[in-house]
Amino acid sequence: MTEAALIDWSRAQFALTACYHWLFVPLTLGLAVIMAVMESVYVVRKDEFWKKTARFWQKIFGINFAVGIATGIILEFEFGTNWSNYSWFVGDIFGAPLAIEGILAFFMEATFVAVMFFGWDKVSKRFHLASTWLTGIGASISALWILVANGWMQHPVGMEFNPDTVRHEMTDFWAVVTNPVAVTKFFHSVLSGWMTGAVFVIGVSCWYLLRKREQRFARTSIRVASIVGIVGALAVMFTGDSSAVHVAKYQPMKLAAAEGLENGGTRAPFSIVPGIEIPGMLSILATHDIDGYVPGINDLLDGYVTPEGVVGLSAEARKERGDIALDAFRAYRENRDSDPQAAAEARKVLEENVEYFGYGYIRDKEELVPPVGMVYWPFRLMVGLGCFLLLMMAVVLWLELKGRIVKHRWLHWVAVFSIPLVYIAGQCGWIVAEVGRQPWAIQDLLPVSAAVSSLSVGSVITTFCIFVAVFTLFLAIEIRIMLKAIAKGPQAEEQTR
Amino acid sequence: MEYTFLQQYWWFIVSLLGGLLVFLMFVQGANTMIFPIGRTEEERSLIVNSTGRKWEFTFTTLVTFGGAFFASFPLFYSTSFGGAYWLWVLILISFVFQAVSYEFQTRAGNILGRNTFRVFLVINGYLGPFLIGTAVATFFTGADFLVDKNAIGDGLSPVISRWGNGWHGLEAVADIWNVFLGLAVVFLAQVLGSLYMINNIDDRTLSGRLRKSLPVSAVLFLVFFLTFMVRILTGQGYAVADGKVFLEPFKYWHNLVQMPVVLAVFLIAVVAVLYGIIKTVVCSGYRKGIWWTGAGTVLAVLSVFLLAGYNGTAYYPSTADMQCSLTIANSCSSLFTLKTMTYVSFIIPFVLAYIAYAWWSMDRRKITGKELAATDDKY
Repeated sequence: MTEAALIDWSRAQFALTACYHWLFVPLTLGLAVIMAVMESVYVVRKDEFWKKTARFWQKIFGINFAVGIATGIILEFEFGTNWSNYSWFVGDIFGAPLAIEGILAFFMEATFVAVMFFGWDKVSKRFHLASTWLTGIGASISALWILVANGWMQHPVGMEFNPDTVRHEMTDFWAVVTNPVAVTKFFHSVLSGWMTGAVFVIGVSCWYLLRKREQRFARTSIRVASIVGIVGALAVMFTGDSSAVHVAKYQPMKLAAAEGLENGGTRAPFSIVPGIEIPGMLSILATHDIDGYVPGINDLLDGYVTPEGVVGLSAEARKERGDIALDAFRAYRENRDSDPQAAAEARKVLEENVEYFGYGYIRDKEELVPPVGMVYWPFRLMVGLGCFLLLMMAVVLWLELKGRIVKHRWLHWVAVFSIPLVYIAGQCGWIVAEVGRQPWAIQDLLPVSAAVSSLSVGSVITTFCIFVAVFTLFLAIEIRIMLKAIAKGPQAEEQTR
Repeated sequence: MEYTFLQQYWWFIVSLLGGLLVFLMFVQGANTMIFPIGRTEEERSLIVNSTGRKWEFTFTTLVTFGGAFFASFPLFYSTSFGGAYWLWVLILISFVFQAVSYEFQTRAGNILGRNTFRVFLVINGYLGPFLIGTAVATFFTGADFLVDKNAIGDGLSPVISRWGNGWHGLEAVADIWNVFLGLAVVFLAQVLGSLYMINNIDDRTLSGRLRKSLPVSAVLFLVFFLTFMVRILTGQGYAVADGKVFLEPFKYWHNLVQMPVVLAVFLIAVVAVLYGIIKTVVCSGYRKGIWWTGAGTVLAVLSVFLLAGYNGTAYYPSTADMQCSLTIANSCSSLFTLKTMTYVSFIIPFVLAYIAYAWWSMDRRKITGKELAATDDKY
């Protein structure tokens, strides 16, 4: 039997890598836009000040970029190293976006980031500007494909199970690419990266204002960043709304956990914090209808019928269908060479129950409930911080446009302390998305317990510890280098000779 | 028929990426020489900045190689990565340290100091090519794994691919023939690194030293590589017929003879590799050796991969149970996925074109000490 400790440590390692990766990626996505806008202004106006401004943020981008790459490569290969069964079971669908990401996005980033860093005196202004934009576009395309892959795990589409090869096989590439969950996830994640970049730039700029240095640079940066950030934040809210509808439809248990909703129904309330609720709000968010039915955790475990007559199977019923699917799979494999008729019958039964295949691995229905606290609280933090950051950026932009930003020192402090907050919000988003879908590696089809590689727990604990040490070291170094570079400022020589 | 063609096409693409990866490991090869060849800070800075403008290509090719393997031969990805765990983890860790070392080494506040990061580059320079070479050698010498697709029906322990020992890939380093190929790749990377720097850096002293050390690396490469090839071509190989795997004496020799195009590619590759090296050693002003030896390397690796996978050969033999060995037919993606990916692969020439253009734009002027002294845009 697969050890529980192995599953937990493998999950911990993947979570660790993903969380660290998402510390570096959103800044890359956001700064890319901000510095590209700045460089565009330079090319149009031919004002050296804009060049200097763009170059400073490019240096910061560079410090951050390499660690993002380093954590990213581990993440990609961990699908194979730690989730070997997963890699075969759905590799036919999942591998393609990863390969396309490499071919389309990584080479674009790798090629043009080098031109951006080292090409100022080697290529024309326009080629350099194009390179800066292409670096950012490459990063966004990369996000697109990895989120297509992630969206597919949350809501698998465009495939069918082949019991001969023992895997799901792609039947519709466009369904995979245009998977609504993936599309929403892409915009939600990338635009949250714009927010991260913007809050970071505003925070650093406000630090200069606090120090009464680099005022023109700081104010210009604030202006560009807050516009990018507000656009990002509004789009994040909009896509967050679509995301709620998708989760309600495809991953109702995640929604129930995120809301701590034990018993659902129509006019379901939205919980602000335990004890404070807005009546009917959850129904509106999840179904865009105040009378919409939202099942709670108990409904999902015990089964339910919506007022429209839609039946939600109980956990036991799902498990039963899963067991039937696994039995039929075994029968098919046993008979396929010796008894074609028995094999055909087994295959038919399998096809009828394959959508519950993963439930065949579930021993106890309680396994189907993700840890509620780990989804409920991060969700509130994410939404709360998102709203706060939008407000902060709006105030900053307004005061900057009025020419009064320099005076409000309290706001500078708020902006500086917003930098960690935007990272917390981003991390919380991924915790909601990934912890909320437990126990599924692929929704309804493969639980993490059946996806994991056959390794010794000791090996995974060892690599976990190595990665904790390595990533933490890199993070510490990055923060220290960044602080030094920021302290020296855009006017100063940054590198030690 | 179409399915067979696509399997072969994708094995070709993966092999080509493998070839490009080994060529691009000139970055690693050059990094092994940071200290012995670069004796002053200016010289070391030249080496680091010369490879520092290319390392992302190597890294990206490694990632894409993994991604393409995943998409086209997922059973290899799941079996080898999940099984030879430690081998792949060590490769990744060495590359991860390399990825941050360029950016961090000369920055103020980098905690560990400049030389520590350069040592990371040196470690990756040796370890990366060595372990990748070792891993590739297992395409011929085999690995200790079992594959049982029926296992997914076992509700309690549904593991398809299992490794046969607790070393999880480290045992590959205990096989002398794997080590030979690993060392061959290390020295090939050094040869390519020397030729690349001779081409890319305008510095007489460095160039002089590189030309002196080049023959040593070249001879060591040839000794290890040719010994490995002789062992492979004269030993038994894992052949497949009617879905059954069996040992065939002189299998890879037969492959070479039965696939004259591969033989021709291999011979052209060897000639190109040697031409680039010899001309650089003999003609003191000659700087274009990297292109000959680089192209030869791509073709050589390509043909070695084709020997492993084409002509009814199991490219990843199982030493635990021969019948579990992976072939391009039993480990590949579905017809639909391979077809879809084939359309995507048509973008590759476009990608190569913009890489070539950007590379040319950046390298029109060679790196000099003067340039580095005058610019902030450096590591």
